Amino acid sequence: MSEVRRELWVDETGQERMTVSIGPHHPSTHGVLRLIVELEGETIADAEAEIGFLHTGIEKHAENLTWQQAITVLDRMDYLSPLSNNLGYVLAVERLLGLEVPRRVQYVRVLLTELQRIASHLVWLGTHGLDLGAQSIFFYCFDLREGILDILEETTGARMNPSYFRVGGLAQDIPPTFARMVDAWLREFPKRMEQLRAILDENPIWLARVKRIGAISAEQALAWGLTGPNLRATGVAYDVRKAFPYSGYDEFDFEVPVGEHGDVYDRYRVRMAEMEQSARIVRQALDGLPEGPWRVEDRKIVLPPKEEVKRSMEALIHHFKLVSYGFDVPAGEVYQAIESPRGEIGFYVVSDGGNRPLRVRVRPPSFYNTQALPALMRGHLIADMVAIIASIDPVFGEVDR
Amino acid sequence: MRQGAAMSPVEASQRTVEQLVARFGPEVEPLPTSFDMPVVKVRPGALRDVARFLKEDGYAMLLDVGGVDYLGRRPREERFEVVYHFLDVRGLRRIRLRVALPEDRPEVPTLSDLWPSANWAEREVFDLFGIRFTGHPDLRRILMPDDWEGHPLRKDYPLRGPRQAGTPQALRQRFFPLRLDGPPGEPASRPAGDARADRRESGGEGGA
Repeated sequence: MSEVRRELWVDETGQERMTVSIGPHHPSTHGVLRLIVELEGETIADAEAEIGFLHTGIEKHAENLTWQQAITVLDRMDYLSPLSNNLGYVLAVERLLGLEVPRRVQYVRVLLTELQRIASHLVWLGTHGLDLGAQSIFFYCFDLREGILDILEETTGARMNPSYFRVGGLAQDIPPTFARMVDAWLREFPKRMEQLRAILDENPIWLARVKRIGAISAEQALAWGLTGPNLRATGVAYDVRKAFPYSGYDEFDFEVPVGEHGDVYDRYRVRMAEMEQSARIVRQALDGLPEGPWRVEDRKIVLPPKEEVKRSMEALIHHFKLVSYGFDVPAGEVYQAIESPRGEIGFYVVSDGGNRPLRVRVRPPSFYNTQALPALMRGHLIADMVAIIASIDPVFGEVDR
Repeated sequence: MRQGAAMSPVEASQRTVEQLVARFGPEVEPLPTSFDMPVVKVRPGALRDVARFLKEDGYAMLLDVGGVDYLGRRPREERFEVVYHFLDVRGLRRIRLRVALPEDRPEVPTLSDLWPSANWAEREVFDLFGIRFTGHPDLRRILMPDDWEGHPLRKDYPLRGPRQAGTPQALRQRFFPLRLDGPPGEPASRPAGDARADRRESGGEGGA
């Protein structure tokens, strides 16, 4: 149970005030967030967020693993969208190495991260609804997400934390069943989206709980460093996929949905529209999926095929060297940003020329989004607090790293 | 604001670098562009003025503040580096500022009054590197517990935390102390690795 500390006092103006401590283990805080809220009646006069409960030293670990191994710990930051973590990091390392990956790899990466974005948004929607008392939506969302996790399991071997994108390509080729599974899921998706929209879009209770709640202006959102759907809900059409295309995103046709008022309702609308856009990208990537190698040919970077290791001495040496030592990355620094479901996740990777990163600094979008929580909450009712937390969609694995 | 339609965002941010050099002279030093990202090294004293200039120039977002520890790779006068990433969401320009800080007095002025986003980010750099941000309204630890000793992302901090007494890494620190584990500006009185071991009446932990 959460520790709840209550304090009641009268401030200078004679107004009764109460301090309530919420979390860190409270279901509506979506992880381990502690909020210390100062109430004036039922209105939030001030709030303070406390984080760090899930700090696991991921950046420190990454410095002490080889370049390829670090993927596995960085995977675990944003646990609702591990493939975005994979993608940002491997792109950063590939840039340092000056490596061009085959087009098939780019397409598979785009396809899977977009599926992951939908899966992540479905968790957001399900839990958001649950927080506001709409229970059935939770089951619909998780059922739909299950289909994506099945695809991920079939492809990568893991439902969560797949570490599937590697420096130089993928961990393995996509399975023969891949196209059929994705296609079946995509056919189902519009119907399911319609269902979800039918439950919420015109639901008077839902609308009353989300409209004009937790609004932030575009200017304020920029000052707080908000990115992703939270920023776009304020009307700023900044999407890393469009602004600084990576992994071949410029070849895909999609729109960047934006909101207007920057409130909970607009964040809801933006994310709903984003799921549909992601499905569009997935469809294009699936239809246009090029044949070809699923990793680079450079034996100094990627493992040789097992068959070759059994026959060729050179391949065996490469295998041994890569497994034990890894590979060196030329000295330098790079900042690689990608659009994760939560916003701009940036990897500032510094190499000193060795086989381990000197530094992997992650710009965690949730960290900055969470920081703005008190600014979003002030003046709203305590009952709206849960709506506001859910609407910025924080993931604490990433906030605390 | 796009500065001339013909200019690409990268060129536009390169122009910012030229403007910074013209305006601040020796306080700033342009470094080689790192993969489309202009990089400028700034003296700590000029950081606030440079940041204010960038803000007025349209870099509305302070995307990230991060630290790097170059222990053993750079002279001790430049051991730490604080790295700032700025973004202009309209002109799509990016720029990186790097501020090198000495080992004995890692201090840099805060930007949290110019960008509220810097508040937590600077607290994190303080927490994990022990770099002080002067003028910060609330410079407390943010990820580690309040009573934690040391700054985990420093290169001389034991990988498995202070409990690593007795391991080769801890012994090396014990007999060749780097004296860097204390709060900045204050010489460490004990060699690293001992602080925790003293407090726990642990048997066999330090024995090697």
